[in-house]
Amino acid sequence: MNTIHAIAIVVLKEMIRRKDFYVLFILTALITLLMGSINIFNDASIAGYLKELALLLVWISSLVMAITTTARQLHAEKELRTIFPLLAKPVSRAQLLLGKFAGCWIACGLSLFVFYLFLGIVAASREQSLDVGAYTVAFLLHWGALAVVVAMALLGSVVFAAPSSNGTICFIVAVGILVLARHLNTVALQMDGVMGKITYAIYYLLPRLDWAFSVRQFLIFHDPMPGFAVWAQAMLFYGSYSALLILAAWLLFRRRALTT
Amino acid sequence: MNIVQPILKTENLRVEFRSKDAPGGVKVALQGLNLAVFPGEVFGFLGPNGAGKTTTMNVLLGFVNATGGDAFLFGENVRDPIARQRIGYLPELTYYYKFLTAEELLRFYARIFNIPKAEREKRIDAVLKLVELDHARKRQIKTYSKGMQQRAGLAQALINNPDLLILDEPTSGLDPIGRMKVREIIQRLKNEGKTVFFSSHELGEVETICDRVAILHQGELKREGRVADIVREYNCDLEQAFLRIIGFMPQAADSALVSKAA
Repeated sequence: MNTIHAIAIVVLKEMIRRKDFYVLFILTALITLLMGSINIFNDASIAGYLKELALLLVWISSLVMAITTTARQLHAEKELRTIFPLLAKPVSRAQLLLGKFAGCWIACGLSLFVFYLFLGIVAASREQSLDVGAYTVAFLLHWGALAVVVAMALLGSVVFAAPSSNGTICFIVAVGILVLARHLNTVALQMDGVMGKITYAIYYLLPRLDWAFSVRQFLIFHDPMPGFAVWAQAMLFYGSYSALLILAAWLLFRRRALTT
Repeated sequence: MNIVQPILKTENLRVEFRSKDAPGGVKVALQGLNLAVFPGEVFGFLGPNGAGKTTTMNVLLGFVNATGGDAFLFGENVRDPIARQRIGYLPELTYYYKFLTAEELLRFYARIFNIPKAEREKRIDAVLKLVELDHARKRQIKTYSKGMQQRAGLAQALINNPDLLILDEPTSGLDPIGRMKVREIIQRLKNEGKTVFFSSHELGEVETICDRVAILHQGELKREGRVADIVREYNCDLEQAFLRIIGFMPQAADSALVSKAA
């Protein structure tokens, strides 16, 4: 546990000392504040649009953060050769993967917290009220979904040779799941035979990141919040799915030759 | 009678790699290597490029799995991470986490070894003094010169006060002062009774520091023995002896070149 913790802290320090998070946050804040300062046709529902835009920017920023931070971890270790002194110590490859996962996920959680705090402040300034419970559930579901994205990028860094290809593929897959996954069962219904079954299988196999994306319904449109059992199940699903992806990464990485 | 057990041992170690260029698609990097390094020795691991030195180190450190045979550190099979609890390793030309300071880097590695906090700080102070980086301990590694980075590497290899140090060309790419400093550190470690296993192409340096050497060529062990014995046997310095052992004859090569030119 100490080893995983030590590796995770190095990942966190890297995030704090790099500019990625600060650039993304400033960009999100600037765009949101700029949009918020414009009064279009005295439209009272502008606060809803503003929140929707800000939430979309938070989602994009969080995906970029999660994927780019994770995708470079193992590649940087190999390229800078730091993986050799590290694995020459009593560190197993499973501990290395878990440490990297924990570090990236916690780093994403911290940056996501700052983003949601900003979102809450912007919304409260317009609506003169803040539903702390809704924002907490939204943050937790979003963070849970990011665990799957981080685990997917970690698996990608074992499979793909370059962090750029890993990052691009992970981003396309994550956005694809967010936008299309919920409609796959409808598509499957319209298909006959094997293709329909395959589409159904994909529908059930994909990590349902869209569950977390649906937080916009209760943050923006003030729909009733899901009960504790619902979002706890979603979190459990995200945890189990991430564990499966990390297991797959370990199975591929555990016997791989590393040559100095 | 007390029999001293080797702390590093390989038994018929064989490593094969898939290679399109090699006949049969398999390249044999190591062919039945038998080595034994005893406590307190400074052991030089020599060979031309591609001889199998780094492959041997990679097996010892668990980076590569042997195709055949076994390797042991302190009696533990190297496949088990616990075998690496009492070793320190310095790879050739590594660029450590450049966003960390030397102090943070050492704290990170010390935590991996579960060194208690109070002892950890004392140990960090001691190794930073030993490698003469005490003045730069709070500076990020990205601001270090090559020699300073190599000494930071040596510091990380020493953080757990290891009984065995494995150094892969520790003076490679360093200027004469950097080399001298690294050499001095190895000498000091030897005086402290540490076992050092290192590969190098600097045969003058090896002759000065090492007690015993092993000479490897094309994955085969050509010679193992005390430096003094090898030098006496060939009646020349270690560099000349090394060239003869691996079958390189400079005079023959020179005359071949001359006749070709003619």
